Formats: sequence, structure tokens, C-alpha cells
Amino acid sequence: MKLTLKVWRQKNREAKGAFETHQIDGISPDMSFLEMFDVLNEKLINEGKEPIAFDHDCREGICGTCSMFINGRPHGPKRGITTCQLHMRSFQDGDTIVVEPWRAGPFPVIKDLVVDRSAFDRIIASGGFVSVNTGNAQDANSIPVAKEDADDAFDAAACIGCGACVAACKNASAMLFVSAKMSQLAHLPQGQPERRRRALAMVAQMDKEGFGNCTNTYACEAECPKLISVSNIALMNREYLGATVKSDE
Amino acid sequence: MSRFSGFFSSSIGKKMTVALTGLFLCIFLVVHLWGNLQLFYADEGFALNKYTVFMTTNPLIKFISYVLYFSILWHAFKGLHLAWQNRRARPVRYAVTNGKANSIWASRNMGLLGTVILVFLAVHLTNFWAEYHWGELPYTKYVVDLGTGEILGTEDVTGQGYSEKGFVLTDIENEQEIHVYKDMYKVVEAGFQQPLIVLLYLVSMIALGFHLRHGFQSSFQSMGLNHPKYNGAIRWVGTVIFGILIPIGFATMPIYFYFFHTT
Amino acid sequence: MELKSNIPEGPLAEKWTRYRSSVPLVNPANKRHLEVIVVGSGLAGASAASTLAELGYKVKVFCFQDSARRAHSIAAQGGINAAKNYQNDGDSTYRLFYDTIKGGDYRSREANVHRLAEVSGNIIDQCVAQGVPFAREYGGLLSNRSFGGVQVQRTFYAAGQTGQQLLLGAYSALMRQVGMGKIAMYSRHEMLDVVVIDGKARGIIARNLITGKLERHFGHAVLLCTGGYGNVFYLSTNAMGSNVTAAWKAHKKGAFFANPCFTQIHPTCIPVSGDHQSKLTLMSESLRNDGRIWVPKKKGDARPANDIPEDERDYYLERRYPAFGNLVPRDVASRAAKERCDAGYGVGPSKMAVYLDYASAFERYGQIEAAKQGLVDPDKETIKRLGKEVVKEKYGNLFDMYEQITGENPYETPMRIYPAVHYTMGGLWVDYDLMTTVPGLYALGECNFSDHGANRLGASALMQGLADGYFVIPYTIGSYLSKEISTKAIPTDHPAFEEAERNTQAQIDRLLNVKGSRSVDYYHKKLGKITWDKCGMARNEQGLKEAIGEIKALREEFWQNVRVPGDQHELNPELEKAGRLADFLELAELMCMDALHRNESCGGHFREEYQTADGEALRDDENFSYVAAWEYKGEAGYELHKEHLTFENIKIAQRSYK
Repeated sequence: MKLTLKVWRQKNREAKGAFETHQIDGISPDMSFLEMFDVLNEKLINEGKEPIAFDHDCREGICGTCSMFINGRPHGPKRGITTCQLHMRSFQDGDTIVVEPWRAGPFPVIKDLVVDRSAFDRIIASGGFVSVNTGNAQDANSIPVAKEDADDAFDAAACIGCGACVAACKNASAMLFVSAKMSQLAHLPQGQPERRRRALAMVAQMDKEGFGNCTNTYACEAECPKLISVSNIALMNREYLGATVKSDE
Repeated sequence: MSRFSGFFSSSIGKKMTVALTGLFLCIFLVVHLWGNLQLFYADEGFALNKYTVFMTTNPLIKFISYVLYFSILWHAFKGLHLAWQNRRARPVRYAVTNGKANSIWASRNMGLLGTVILVFLAVHLTNFWAEYHWGELPYTKYVVDLGTGEILGTEDVTGQGYSEKGFVLTDIENEQEIHVYKDMYKVVEAGFQQPLIVLLYLVSMIALGFHLRHGFQSSFQSMGLNHPKYNGAIRWVGTVIFGILIPIGFATMPIYFYFFHTT
Repeated sequence: MELKSNIPEGPLAEKWTRYRSSVPLVNPANKRHLEVIVVGSGLAGASAASTLAELGYKVKVFCFQDSARRAHSIAAQGGINAAKNYQNDGDSTYRLFYDTIKGGDYRSREANVHRLAEVSGNIIDQCVAQGVPFAREYGGLLSNRSFGGVQVQRTFYAAGQTGQQLLLGAYSALMRQVGMGKIAMYSRHEMLDVVVIDGKARGIIARNLITGKLERHFGHAVLLCTGGYGNVFYLSTNAMGSNVTAAWKAHKKGAFFANPCFTQIHPTCIPVSGDHQSKLTLMSESLRNDGRIWVPKKKGDARPANDIPEDERDYYLERRYPAFGNLVPRDVASRAAKERCDAGYGVGPSKMAVYLDYASAFERYGQIEAAKQGLVDPDKETIKRLGKEVVKEKYGNLFDMYEQITGENPYETPMRIYPAVHYTMGGLWVDYDLMTTVPGLYALGECNFSDHGANRLGASALMQGLADGYFVIPYTIGSYLSKEISTKAIPTDHPAFEEAERNTQAQIDRLLNVKGSRSVDYYHKKLGKITWDKCGMARNEQGLKEAIGEIKALREEFWQNVRVPGDQHELNPELEKAGRLADFLELAELMCMDALHRNESCGGHFREEYQTADGEALRDDENFSYVAAWEYKGEAGYELHKEHLTFENIKIAQRSYK
């Protein structure tokens, strides 16, 4: 396959970026999108140019590192997968592909297609946990959890923290990410003691990071590689309202 | 109280207030449409004019109308404020976006649709609401049979020194009631003879349809009411009733008066 | 130098209890002044860091990824073992211990493995308390499955994403401490050297991967939780960033490297599709429960799989191992596939793959389902359709994954699979305390060599990582730190820090200044080809000797001709990769040396010269029942130290799956 790539290049956080166009030939439909970038980078290195920096690690769709905005969609045109799981057979010979980094105020570009997603870490640090020190735990089977609740918790916990929800949202809102963690813990008995505190703290941190507000376009759900449901956002709204009304803070 | 100020300044708190006022406005629309359908009575505006007096004088309705004014203002300006804030959350825009792949058009353009509706509201309120309260309106006298409720006769009584919104005299002797009203009906009739106004109304009703098609179910989501069992019903009501029927209902009025009504 | 494993006295089952009751403790007031550096944020690193911070130590955590949550533990699919005996099927600490030792082909340390089995139950308790959503039964209790050919159901799981859920649990505990200000988190930082002062590990040199600046960090102790070295083969199921650098730098600073030739090959991976391939994807071993593995009976048969009639198919695992059939352990299944492909019976475009066929499973499940639905005399198509529905329910996500990667529909044609490097049992040598041969320097999780011997059982990697981090190191580190309470934090302008930074800087400069003509990946692929061909699933003396020569030559060429674009003071992935490859190029040689010296076949190490008449691994317990711990001697090479293994509680036997 022969392709034209328009890729965002940006030296560093402060620099002004611009698109750079590359022609690339000899692409196999069996390659993953990132392998296509490997080929391009190899070519750039051989030509004495600087390769394109992009984030990637596990290349099997679970670590959440890869993050390309491809032809106007996070992780490209297919549903329920990450960029590393996207294969070139999803494109046509001769296509022009535009690749941009995730764009959001709280996700500043570090270089080229690499962005800083540490805002997500800070949100988790604000309350996305159960406060249980090692050794505190009772026997694992001492608290039964309804299978339905465990399944719901799991579905929410499947979030890989890639940030596609923020990237897809026209408001750069992080509510799908935040609500997924809140929902996981709200569905489990272990998460109950800190439920209100968690809701208040995580929302406060999310707002502080400067993410936009949710306007329920549901683009996040449509683009989430793990198909996390927006019903989690509704749950978060409930949690937050409940916490505001009931909490002593 | 500080905890509530935190709520109202939080992202979720803000969107809940927009959702709540939006839902209230939805209820208002139903009532408003119901009331205005009285335009279609072939009674030379008797029912509508009577209703208008009731709606502008009943203390409970008056109270609700203040809530309504507040809701409109809050919903519009908080909504716009949020839209502005949300834009700022992405200081560098994408060169290419493909929104239609992941969301419906209405959901991405609520600010635009809302702005159209806001402009419409300004015109609408100037034409009718302000006109009714402060304008020089025609007056009409209706003579109604006390027994049957049948309208026996009407008479234009404009310029005869009336200043009330309306009043009723009972003529026991003749078993008749004499109603004198500010004639809102005539104002509507006249207003909808202007093509530009009719056009504005039609465009705005389309905008309203799209706004509600997303907005109605979105309010439930924002309020945290999302359940697979009820989502379908909520979406259906949002799309069919609020997205289609209600805007069509309103649109029939200018269409009727412009194309089919003869005075 | 003599290797002291520091195994406590007493009967096996009481060693750990006695140890815990007698190990010196550190007063809470002193803990506040003791600083611990944790490198790596996977299961071992995150669990160790959070637990140590909870205990009151000052902790710094480093990871090269953009977030601690991305560590490669996240990719583990299958599950985590624990001797809970919730299923009442006769499991016990001893059985888990026994299975692990046997599975490891009798090349691991009894005391360590027993401790692992003892704490396994606590891990599940801890994870559940953190909100890890393990699979449950309708009664609300935890569900278990059997895994990796053991006879009890002791594997806890969260769909096919157990590693992810456990890691996110550990990550949340870590981030909680970060939020409380008790852990300083350094993501996008790569450790490039250990600083040793007066024989003790006292800190690290790390490169900030965004600014490129070298940083010095002091710690009273340093914990390496940096995973395995599977990427020495270039293609593996490891993440692209997984590397040996931290462990290797520690090795060069005096930590012995143990059993590097013990590498594990996983039999059910999606085959290589071309030269562009950057990594291999594992498909859960559970697929072997219902699928049948075969190749054509005719050499070089190029017909599509569905056109090959039943009697022309060779179900070679069922033929060779009638008792276990398609469920033989990983190493056996992997070697059998290689044997067939090498003999010319491989399938697919590369001829380096075998079929994993679900046709008979469709039929079997279809018939059961038809009976359940009360269908009388259903036709073949109906049975097949019903069967596919059942399979979809059980393995749907794996089938989807296969289709996504290969573009073939596995419901219609058999899947093609081939073994791939998956895990490395070898690693830094550690004693019972998990301390390497450098005092104050610890290795946890896959980074150390300790618990899996020559072969790891399924669902045991997660168990070991978390055991080390949550329940072992918090106790054993006290034994060292209790003697360090009067050591004041050493300022990082100490000459040892300066020297370490100078050396690190020198290597970076050297890499940037080669300015050759070939990319880092070019050399990595070449290295991978050598190691995979000659030190992969099967090894022999001649091949290993050749490999050692080729690796040396490749290393030389690398340092002459590699091209690393860009400069140090920016985000420079090529520079990162180059540094990691430089270390792989050294480790690869040691790995081949270790494989060459071990004149026996055991676990993941199969030497063609040492096999039984019917091609099974032949162990030599007389001469090789030891841990090979290699000491780095600079230019002079490596010196072998042996830690002899004694088995007092278990009877050594030949593994047989016939």
C-alpha cells in the first residue's frame, strides 16, 4: 500500500507545532498502525531526519499508552480498539491519513504525538482507591458480592486510562474516565465507606485540572477502546449530588 | 452553606442546574402549546384571550412565571457560559474532526441551537409578551349565552377607554355574560401575516426540535437518571414528543395563520 | 565470594513464621528517616512501594512509562493462583508449593517457593479489599478455574484481564500514598545506574525522559522491580519498552545474574506476519482446553485448512502425549510445534505456524446445546451454529482479537498459532530476603530468579510479583534497614554519585556520537534472530557457540555503526532504545553462555543433546541441581557461582505427561 501521512510535529511543550507530510510506500495490510509508524521512522532515520515521537508500549490494547488521533477520531476508524490494535487493512491504498496528538488543555503536548496525561494520575491519587493498608484485609470470601455488581464493577474497571474519551469529547471532558473509577468502587461493598468522600474529591480534582464539562454527546463511549458506558457518568452525577447533600464537609 | 456553593461551582453542579432548568422549560413548553392550541378554536379568539388573562393574573401562575423567567435566563446564560468554558478546555483545536462518527449532530451543536432559540425568544417576547403587557392592544367584546356557553356576538371595542386585561359582566336578565378582553388573538393574527416572522418561527422550531431531541434525554443523564430499562422510553419521548411533535405543534400556528387563515 | 541464601533454620512450613517473628523491626520514628527507592511500578514495584510507604518509610518510585499504571503486568490475562482451597478440592499450601517446584523442573529454592505458597491467600484478601473485581459466582463468592494443567481449581481471575485488574489495584494503593505525600512518583524516568557506596546500594542515576537531564537520587535501599528480559529476543509478548537495563546495570555493579537461560516460551501466540512485526500477541492458554492442534500429514501441504480431509491431519500432541493431549505444559507444547514446523509441516504463509482448530468443539458444544433445547435430529448446520454460539460465549473476545490481528475469521477457518517468548525465569540472584549480592539492593518479581526454577506455571507470575511486594519485602527489608537507622541521607554530591553520573553520561555521549548508518531497531531485530534461532525453544552446543560469536560481532558493529538521531536533552525514544539494546547485547551473550554451560534439558531450557529417545527433556540432577549465578568481571567476562539446591521436602521425579 501507498499512503500519504500528515503528521503533527512539535519539538517540545513550548514550541509551536505544524503538520508534516510524508509519503510512504510498501505498507502491508497486515501491519498494525504503529508498525506502519515504525516503518516510517526507520525511513526517516535512514534519511538522516528525526523520527516521529509517539507513545506506545504493550501493543496489545491493554496498557493504554498509545494515543493517536487519526482522521478526526481517537484510535482511528474502528470501534472498541486502541491505535496499536488498528491494522492497515482498515485503510485503502492511496489514502491520506491525518494524525494528531490528543488535544486538551490538561494534556499538553510533550513532543510530536506524545502528550502528558499525568492529570489522570492526580485524579486517581485524589480518591480513586480504597483506603486499605496491606495486611488490613479480612478473608476474601467474607463479604459476598452479587455477581451482577461484580460484573458491573469489572466493566467500569476495564478502563485503560488512555484518554480517548477526553480526546473525542468536543469539550475535552474527562468524565468518562473519572466516572469509570468511581463507578467500579461504588458497585462494590469495599468502596462504600469512602463513597462520598471519593465523589467529592475526584470531581474537585477533575475540575482543578481544567477538563471541560460533559454535555452528553456520548462521543466518549463511542470512541472508548474498552466501550465503557456513559451510564457511569450518570452514576457519577448521582454520586456527586448524593455526596453534596449528605456529606458533612 | 459553603458546601452548596462548592456544588454550584463544580462541573457537575453546573450541568445539573442547566439540566434541571431545561426540564422545567420542557414542561412549560407542553403547557404553553396546550394553551396556544386554543388559537384554533373558531371563536374569534375568545378562548385564547380568556386564557391569556388567566395566565397573566393568577397568583400561582404568576409565581411560576417568575420561576420561568429565571429558568430561561439561567439555562441560556449558564449554558453559554459552559460552552465557552468547554471551548477553553481545548486551547489548540484539531485540524480534522469526525464528530458524526461518534455523536449526533444536535448533541454537538447545543450552543448554536440554543442561541437560535434565544434570538427567537427575544423576538417572540417582544412581539407578544411585551406587546400584551405594555402595547396598545385592540379590545374585543364577546357576548356569551350563560346557559349554553355559545358566543352570541362579538364587537371590536378598541379605543373605548379600556385598560384592564379583561373583565366579565353577568347580565342575569338576558342570561348572558359580557366579556371584554385585550385581544391577543388579533395580535397573533397580524403577527403571522409577516413572512419574515413566520420564517423565523419555522427555523426556530426546527432548532428547538433538534435542541430537545438531545436536550430532553440529556437532562436525565445529567441528573443521574440513566437506567437501561428506562433509557429507551426517555429517548423516545425526547425524540418523538419533544423533538418532533411539540415543535410541529408550535409550527402549525404560523403556518395556519399565514397560509390558511382568512380574516 | 560465596553465595549465602540466608534461608532460616527450621522445618520448611515454619521457616517464614519463625523468620517473621524474629526479624529485627524498625521503630516508626526511624522509618520516617529511611528512604527507599523503588524502580518499576508493576505488580511488584507498586505493591512494595505502597506497602513500605504505609509502614512509614520515605519512598521514591521510578518508572519509564508515562504513568505507573502502564507497567507490563497489566497485560497478564489468565489469572492468579492462591492456595485458598475455596473449591474444597484438596488444595493446600503444600500442594501449591509442590506444583510450583515440580512445574519449575526442580530448579527453584524450596524455602522461597513455600513462602510464596503461604502468602498466596493473603494476596487475594488484599486485592479484594482494594476493590479488584474478581469473577464471582451467583452466590456472591469468588470463582476459580483450573489453569496450566494442575489438578485443583486455585486460579482467581477477572475475565481475561486479571493482570490489569491486579495492577490497577496496586496502582491505586500507590497513588493513594502519592496523594498523601508519602511517595514521590517519578514517571517518564529511566534508571540508568545503581550508586554503590562502601559496598552498599545507596541510590540511582535516572534520566528524566522528557528533559533528558540526568538526576541523582539517594536511598538507604534500592528495590529493582523492573520485570524480565524477554525482549532480548526482539519479538516477544513483552511490551515494547520492557528491558533489562536496570537489572543489567545492577549486575555490572556487583549483583549476580542467575539462570539467564531459563526463558519461557508460550505456545499459543499469533504467528509472525512479516518483517515489520514489532511484537507478538499472546492468546490465552485457555484456548487449548477446547481446541485441537494439528498440522497436515503431508509435507508442504499448501491446501487451505478446510480442504484437508480429517485423515490427512496429524494431531501431533494427541498422538505423542495421549494422556494430556493438547493440554501438555507450555514448554512441551511449544517444542512440539517447533519440531513439526522445522520438519517442514508448518502452515500459513510463513510455514511457521500450526493450526488450532475449533471444528470439533463447535460440534461437541452444538450437540450438547441441541440436546438442552430439546431439538430432535438437528441437522449439521444447526449443530455447528449452536456450537459456535457457545464458543463465542466462552472465547468470543479471543476470537475477535485473532480476527482483528490476522484479518481471518476463526469461526470459519482454524486459527494459526506459534510459540513466542513470554516470560523469563532467570534474573538477578537474590537470597531469602530478596536481596541481591549487593547489600541494600533488592530484586522483586520477574526481575529476580527466585521462585519459578526452570519453568513457570500458569497464573504464578502475578502471584509472585504481589507476594514479593505486599508480603515479603515489607518484612525482609527490616532486616537490613534496622542496621541503617543511624545512616544519614548521603548528599548526592558524593563522589560515588558523581562517578556514576559521569559513566552514564559517557555512555549517552558514546551512543549519540557513533552517528553510524543503521537504526537501533535494525540491530535489535538482528539480535533477536540470533537469540531466537540459537537460544530459543531448543538449543545445542554448536548453535550456542556460534551465537556467542555472532552476538559479540553484532555488539561491536552496533557500537561502530548505530545511528541515534536527536540529542540528549529532549524526549528521544531512539536514545532510550539504544541504551536498552546496548544492555541486551551484553545480556544475550551471558544468556547463551549460561545455556551452553548447562548440559542438561530442564523446563524452558531444552538442549537437543540431552533428550530421551522419544524427544523429551532429560534433566541431569546429579550435576546441574544448582542455581547458576554469574558474576560480572568486566573485560574478563563472567564468573560462575553455584548455589546448590537441596530438596528435603519433595521427591525429585522425571516430569512425564504421556
